[in-house]
Amino acid sequence: MTIDWLNFTPWSALAGGVLIGISAALFILLNGRIAGITGIIGGLFKPAKNDMGWRVAFTLGLIIAPLVWQGFQTLPEISIDASFTLLMIAGLIVGYATRYGSGCTSGHGVCGIARLSPRSIVATLAFMGTGFLTVFIVRHLLGA
Amino acid sequence: MKKNLNHFSALIFALFSGLIFGIGLILAGMANPAKVLAFLDLAGLWDPSLGLVMGGAIAVGLVAFTLAKKRTRSFLGLPMNLPTSRIIDQRLIVGSLIFGIGWGLAGICPAPAFVLLGAGSLKGIVFLIAMLIGMGIFEYIENSNK
Repeated sequence: MTIDWLNFTPWSALAGGVLIGISAALFILLNGRIAGITGIIGGLFKPAKNDMGWRVAFTLGLIIAPLVWQGFQTLPEISIDASFTLLMIAGLIVGYATRYGSGCTSGHGVCGIARLSPRSIVATLAFMGTGFLTVFIVRHLLGA
Repeated sequence: MKKNLNHFSALIFALFSGLIFGIGLILAGMANPAKVLAFLDLAGLWDPSLGLVMGGAIAVGLVAFTLAKKRTRSFLGLPMNLPTSRIIDQRLIVGSLIFGIGWGLAGICPAPAFVLLGAGSLKGIVFLIAMLIGMGIFEYIENSNK
């Protein structure tokens, strides 16, 4: 293992993580809800009375974040190497599988682990494991 | 009246939480798929940054959820919707394993996909639409199995 010291950004990573934690903290302590994007969006697919507004509001917050950011400074680089075809395949997989497994990086990885939920700890180990494995196969075995 | 006011403030706080979450993702580098993949690439030039993102978020979350678990209502008086399931079943494991494959292919997970939409990234938007279709397919299959 070789650490990429040039691109390692410990302070902004830690600060960003703390902000994500503060968001999850506010959301559970004020709204009584878990900041898990999969669950928040999943609920929009089966409309229930008085259950839509907060979901739309949180999602809108995510969408306007880069616009608010740009009001103060330019956005950091966004680089996506994957082709359109690969992005469509990956998107379908992520959408279906996160709903099937009841959560993603935010719901299981951040909130679930912070709740010390055994389910979320197992889920996070599972998707991190296949995440590492997939990149290994794609980059080092297939050499893409 | 008070109830309506609380309902309104809950929406404002939900918007604010989403905004802080998104700003956190951008600052952390999670909104840049190349950086996410650099974290997942253990055998290449490894960028450990995202480990610190998780660590920072979980550390703050631990305090918040310890407090939340002791309450039945939120500080706005809303019900505490904490998950209660403790069953580690096949769906949880298989779903998470497959999610990791999709995450490893593109370097994008659900929350950053919405940030990429706001950033106007065409490739991000393509991923987001496919992801929403994937969620729709899940919903459709679940409903037809009932």
